[in-house]
Amino acid sequence: MMQDAPLFPEQASTIASQIDNLFFFALGIAAFFSILIALLIVYLGVRYRRRHAAQTGEAPPHGSKAQTVLEITWSVIPFLILMVMFIWGVKIYFTAARPPADAIQFYVVGKQWMWKIQHPEGRREINEMHVPVGRPIKLLMTSEDVIHSFFVPAFRIKQDVLPGRYTTMWFQADKVGTYHLFCSQYCGAEHAKMGGWVVVMEPHEYQAWLAGEKSGQAEFMTGAELFAARACNTCHRPDTSARAPILTGLFGRQVGLQDGRRVAADEAYIRESIIEPQAKIVSGYQPIMPTFKGQLTEEDVIELINYIKGLKAPEGVAR
Amino acid sequence: MSEHAHKTPFIRKYIFSTDHKVIGIQFLMMSLFFMIIGGLLAMMVRWQLGFPEKAMPLGTLFPDKLMPEGHMGPEFYNAVFTMHASIMIFLVIIPILAGAFGNFLVPLMIGARDMAYPKLNMLSFWVAVPGGLLMASSFFTDTGAAATGWTAYPPLSAVADYTGVTAGQSMWIGAVLIVGTASIMGAVNYITTIINMRAPGMHLFRMPLTIWALFITAILQLLATPVLASVMGMLLFDRTLGTHFFAPVGGGQVLMFQHMFWFYSHPAVYIMILPAMGFVSDILATFSRKPIFGYKAMAFSIMGIAGLGFIVWGHHMFQSGMNPLLGTTFMASTMVIAVPSAIKTFNWLGTIWRGSIRFTPAMLNALAFVSTFIVGGLSGIFMASTPVDMFIHDTYFIVAHIHYVLFGGSLFGVFAAINYWYPKMFGRMMNEAVNTVHFILTFIFFNLTFFPMHMLGMAGHMRRIADPTAYDFLKPLQPLNEFITINALILGAVQVLFAGNFIISLFAGKKAERNPWHANSLEWVAPSPPPHGNFETIPTVYHGPYEFSVPGVVEDYLPQDRPAPGGAPSHTPSLSTARA
Repeated sequence: MMQDAPLFPEQASTIASQIDNLFFFALGIAAFFSILIALLIVYLGVRYRRRHAAQTGEAPPHGSKAQTVLEITWSVIPFLILMVMFIWGVKIYFTAARPPADAIQFYVVGKQWMWKIQHPEGRREINEMHVPVGRPIKLLMTSEDVIHSFFVPAFRIKQDVLPGRYTTMWFQADKVGTYHLFCSQYCGAEHAKMGGWVVVMEPHEYQAWLAGEKSGQAEFMTGAELFAARACNTCHRPDTSARAPILTGLFGRQVGLQDGRRVAADEAYIRESIIEPQAKIVSGYQPIMPTFKGQLTEEDVIELINYIKGLKAPEGVAR
Repeated sequence: MSEHAHKTPFIRKYIFSTDHKVIGIQFLMMSLFFMIIGGLLAMMVRWQLGFPEKAMPLGTLFPDKLMPEGHMGPEFYNAVFTMHASIMIFLVIIPILAGAFGNFLVPLMIGARDMAYPKLNMLSFWVAVPGGLLMASSFFTDTGAAATGWTAYPPLSAVADYTGVTAGQSMWIGAVLIVGTASIMGAVNYITTIINMRAPGMHLFRMPLTIWALFITAILQLLATPVLASVMGMLLFDRTLGTHFFAPVGGGQVLMFQHMFWFYSHPAVYIMILPAMGFVSDILATFSRKPIFGYKAMAFSIMGIAGLGFIVWGHHMFQSGMNPLLGTTFMASTMVIAVPSAIKTFNWLGTIWRGSIRFTPAMLNALAFVSTFIVGGLSGIFMASTPVDMFIHDTYFIVAHIHYVLFGGSLFGVFAAINYWYPKMFGRMMNEAVNTVHFILTFIFFNLTFFPMHMLGMAGHMRRIADPTAYDFLKPLQPLNEFITINALILGAVQVLFAGNFIISLFAGKKAERNPWHANSLEWVAPSPPPHGNFETIPTVYHGPYEFSVPGVVEDYLPQDRPAPGGAPSHTPSLSTARA
């Protein structure tokens, strides 16, 4: 989408205007003090230039009260202004850091030099992300190789994407359109070309798009297929808990570990349990699971997590 | 002095000298040499960003592999911007401030004959030189120089396949390690010298602010640089020995590198600005013929900035996936650092207020320092504010900010300092008219080059991209990129004036008197240039260095080694407890 005013990108998410307001407040403060000081330097320079060779400076008497008052004034005023910015900033920061509970979760995998997107329904895209307008979208992101950073200027959001762990961000697009997506963390030779588009659509169009033509998509194994192909199901079986914990209803639960700790079974926990099974042993089980490090791509792991998330306990069965 | 007593052979006098002044000048020459290289690299970066389709002038002189038909490919561009930053930071700004001026000024300004450890001092320089050559020579390896950005984040820097750079990256890491070692040696020396070797009467609170700044800088270097050395060691092991400190595949943590790197590199920002603040304080006072306004507040704010500088590193990592509670802490500490900076700025203004201002080139550069440093400082609050940082992080706004601090701040400070202390260093005056023209042009083209980068950043223009025309979104900004490039090329060309004046004045400059600026601190008591051993007799200090326009004194200055006629000095405070 071409910009009418190229010096400031359009606002297309709910948080964009909040961030811009704080930006312009900071800009006002910065401009005011920069100009004030520049003018003072020029004024003082002209006013107190040496006019004749014998002219000396006029020193204020040492330790004068006025000097102390001045020192305190120009410490306290900047401090107060900054505290305003701090409190204002924290408010937006926490909004940006906490995705709403009803956010739709997308998965993003960065890779030299492309973005891979997985929709919760299983649809995959490369360097394009279709999203519905007016719905909070949460991104769970990781990288196959180096650090990347997911940046959509029109949404004013940016989050580093790290190998070996998940980072999250969320946004709610409030304007239909097509917006640039960049990698903003320098990531190697073709960094400048790593990018794509976020396509914000009306919800019904998004549904139609999801249901639409899937040809052209590369073949891939779904979570259920991987679960069987990697023989996860020989131990993690729903009918017995003899060798490995039952995964049904696992996601979001608290899990008791052998060392007495309790951890929440979130995406990072499940990923770690696949890649480094020995890191956290569930209480009552033996550390017998082999590692899948190096055998699964990050996308495979995400498929598996998505599959495990879907293993809901049937109604009425307590666990 | 000793020069007459025995003839020192040339090699001991000018090459392997233990004289702090010779070592200081050696560091100065080394840094200026690398500044030329770093500056030329900057011109290449700007050419590529302004005119990515056009062949670079003289580009065909480069091997075809790097620049086919004078066009810079992304691989070479990445190496060029990486080396521009690395050279400017590690081989220019840090060594010119601490190495050159620290060495030259510390013994002279505190009234000592030399450094506490002259041989360590010599070693420090001769360790730094191979470090610099190692870094620069990496351009000539098969796969070229380091191309990870000066921040060298792993895994990009840890695995050769990710950039395609093999030896060059390891040489870069080695060079940073070596230069860091040199800088630790220097720091130990400055701290010991300042604590132990002050002239009689030179209480801590009679020291010029230049010395305060260099002292605090040395403490920062001593505490922070070992962390850089260890993180570079770990990175080198990851590359060469197969360790996995930062490799997730072996259970390593990529973010640990960033924490350790910025634990050094944020204090390093202050290593690169505090000495310049010290120089500027002294120069403003001298050419306003007035005591520095709020001497103690100035000294304590240097300490405040340095202390806070150790607890703000996380603001470089707000977008790295940091827990928001931790991020909030870093946001608060970062914002508080503006307070001591504001104190300094207003005290500088207080210093020129009601002065009798002489606009020498040194003074002009010092005034430019104040006005541009404040822009760089204020653009810092955008980054401190996490939500705003979410947008401008890794954009040209950051590039504008760092150049306002490091060029607008540090380099104007360096220009001021060279103008001011050149007569003492070389015993000759520089041509003031040429340096005034150089100042005016540099100031104009500096602002025309770097100010528009704020606008690019506001528009969302990412940094470190080899071709800004690759995106529709950035195409409307291309005229601005071209504008910046043209101004940057002029800014670079203008520096020839300064370089020429510097060299010609060495031979043809007017002979300098002992105290051409009528300043008070002890270096002006020594001859210009000072002989080996500096002073005929070690001076005794009677008061602080800012006794300008003292009532009852005939001249408008009162050197530190001359007691006030009326007895008690008037302006600058002195501690009641005398030093033994």
